[in-house]
Amino acid sequence: MTIRMPGAVKGVLTAAVLATASLAATPSLAEIKGLEIIAPASPGGGWDQHARTLQQVLQDQKLASNIQVVNIPGAGGTVGLAQFVTAKKRTPTVLVGGQIMLGAIVTNKSAVTLDQVTPLARLTGEYTAIVVPPDSPIKTFGDLIQKFKADPGSVSWGGGSAGGSDQILAGLIAKAVGVDPNKVNYVATAGGGELLASALGGHVTLGMGGYSEFAPQFQAGKLRAIAVSAPQRLPGSDTPTMKEQGVDLEFVNWRGVFAQSSAKPAEMKELQEAVAKAVASDEWKQAVKQRGWIDLYQPPAEFAAFLKQERVQIEGTLKDLGLVK
Amino acid sequence: METLAALGHGFLVALTPYNLLWSAIGVTVGTAVGVLPGIGPALTVALLLPVTYGLEPTSAFIMFAGIYYGAMYGGSTTSILLNAPGESGSIVTAIDGHAMARQGRGAQALATAAIGSFIAGTIATAALTFVAPLMVKLALLFGPAEYFALMVLALTTVTAVLGSSLARGLASLFLGLALGLVGIDMQTGQARLAFGVPELLDGIDTVVVAVGLFAVGETLYVASRHRFETEEIYALKGSKWMSREDWSRSWKPWLRGTLLGFPIGTLPAGGSEIPTFLSYLVEKRLAKKPEEFGKGAIEAVAGPEAANNASAAGVLAPLLSLGLPTSATAAIMLAAFQQYGLQPGPTLFDNNPELVWGMIASLYIGNVLLLVLNLPLVGFWVKLLLIPRPWLYAGILVFSSLGAYTLNNNVVDLVILWVIGLVGFGMRVLNVPVAPCVVGLILGPLAEQQFRRALAISQGDPSVFLTHPISAALLIIAALLVIGPMVLRYRNNGAGNGSSSSPSGTHPAT
Repeated sequence: MTIRMPGAVKGVLTAAVLATASLAATPSLAEIKGLEIIAPASPGGGWDQHARTLQQVLQDQKLASNIQVVNIPGAGGTVGLAQFVTAKKRTPTVLVGGQIMLGAIVTNKSAVTLDQVTPLARLTGEYTAIVVPPDSPIKTFGDLIQKFKADPGSVSWGGGSAGGSDQILAGLIAKAVGVDPNKVNYVATAGGGELLASALGGHVTLGMGGYSEFAPQFQAGKLRAIAVSAPQRLPGSDTPTMKEQGVDLEFVNWRGVFAQSSAKPAEMKELQEAVAKAVASDEWKQAVKQRGWIDLYQPPAEFAAFLKQERVQIEGTLKDLGLVK
Repeated sequence: METLAALGHGFLVALTPYNLLWSAIGVTVGTAVGVLPGIGPALTVALLLPVTYGLEPTSAFIMFAGIYYGAMYGGSTTSILLNAPGESGSIVTAIDGHAMARQGRGAQALATAAIGSFIAGTIATAALTFVAPLMVKLALLFGPAEYFALMVLALTTVTAVLGSSLARGLASLFLGLALGLVGIDMQTGQARLAFGVPELLDGIDTVVVAVGLFAVGETLYVASRHRFETEEIYALKGSKWMSREDWSRSWKPWLRGTLLGFPIGTLPAGGSEIPTFLSYLVEKRLAKKPEEFGKGAIEAVAGPEAANNASAAGVLAPLLSLGLPTSATAAIMLAAFQQYGLQPGPTLFDNNPELVWGMIASLYIGNVLLLVLNLPLVGFWVKLLLIPRPWLYAGILVFSSLGAYTLNNNVVDLVILWVIGLVGFGMRVLNVPVAPCVVGLILGPLAEQQFRRALAISQGDPSVFLTHPISAALLIIAALLVIGPMVLRYRNNGAGNGSSSSPSGTHPAT
């Protein structure tokens, strides 16, 4: 679904931006004139929200003007990635992506990979929560592991799409506690409401997903978090980490932004600086907090190193899970 | 009483001229969006989100609610007039709605759709106001086994659209089931029937298939037969208002459609298509003249249209009371809540009563606005049919192609549309009904995923479908719906013609 803003909408937007911009402080950096942000997913999802937040912040901070967000959904982001790699654009273009894309490239046997793009920045991440209904006999992560070890098939793991972050984490947990990852009884859902409903209704043994997605249910006492995949407890939450409960595992579902490898060095530098300035702004920090994301910014070099390591882990786990031969 | 007071306060919020204006803008935009295939309410709300940033959240949500309801109204218009459904919830409407239009009864079809939508929308909004928490509690009882049983029940709709030849009807159904397999399998992540085309990995869009089979296929067929026919336009016959008979044939389907639509809408995996299928089936079974179905029966427009609007209200029940987004539009509304820093979920009613009740009140108002907007438009819309046929059909082809392209801005969808259109033309020539194909395409993948999920959770024990009471009950109803008519026919034949009739309920396949 490629969305180009109709002229009228753009007009209103530009007017609004001009109004706010006139109030904003003077910029210290040359504006990028014309920028396209590709969100390789439908409107409303995480990648789309990142693209639109980035658009807003870049505009308000006068780091770039005339920014368009284009949605190209499909196949875990690989359709958008393929178009991004092959497109010859006159305006600079960036692509939003994340961990799911890494897995999708392997499972979909995508013709293009992240080798053909240049990492600009890791933006945010979300730690995964493992949740059960309040009346579940499973009270702690230890209870779960015990049940899982005794009879792996009896634990149904509800999560997002097959080969996505949640299934990879399930595989990593299995490996960490010494169960064959191939035995994980994973039940893939479309995520979002469907996953929440099967967790709330107790139709799966446990649900897996971003901590912030479940947070309102924890407050209302409709779901209980038994573990979170973060290195330490999240601020304002008393959910114990996996490490605390004896499983040495950290896992983050990250999102980042990439540039075209064909971009000229000067343009690349401009983009890097603009993104770095944007994520350092109060406006970005505010938006990240509001949406329950965690700021995990990494500059290009660190992000590239992280990606390399992440790729090995994800490809290995997908093989262990039997999803990739 | 507490609810009534809160709702009263909501009306005070929604009835301020400022919010009323946003509601009016919302329903108008929504109607326009519903008419255009390819642009749905989800996309529209996403596009408008950045623009509404400066608005009060209450006003923005009042407008979004208007867009959502408006799209459900507008979707039926192109279904009826052009045989090109704008949204998947109005596919069933096209079957008899377009047949009515061709008989010169397009105005009546549009009117029964609009009034039915109004009645269903109002009743369902009342249900949303008063029983939402209860309905959501029931909806959560639905797990994979129950969903599978519901899909099986909905699949029995095929018996109502099968046409005169069992073999041809089944061929069409299986074509639909096969098309539904295309794409990544959700449970294993493996690609099926995609032939290395990345655009096929997410499956074939239902609206593209429906528009291809109904609009493109039919248009090609009529064009190919054109020179044998006398030139005529689809003249409007008689009054453009619904007759007494139209009213008496419509009001029960409206109510029954509402009764099906609202609860299924509240189900997290219910959707807007299933209640329309079930409504069609129920109406055909209860109709005095079932032979008119498929040839322009007003009940077949009234029921499904009411069902699809009632399900739209149903979708809001889990969204508002649990923060559960059960449709694409609901998911975007959830993102919108976050944009305003609101906590969607079980605490929304307590923390932001003004917003929630203002939005619910605006649904009642939006419904009235939509009726006021749509009824006079009926006279305008039907004039479309007065366009000479070659122009009208060329227009339908352009319109359908445009819609398929805007869906993803992708040429692949255009190719799919035209290939399906040619298949539809072939089916029309060979007298194969196209409706079973669409039923199979929509329900097949849903049923398969739920079936496999249920078996994964039970570790391969198929008895889950019979040991869960809701699932067992739904399966029994489905069995009765299929076997019942066969038994009745057999008994009637036995009593009437004695030994001369065929001994069983099976049709000889022609």
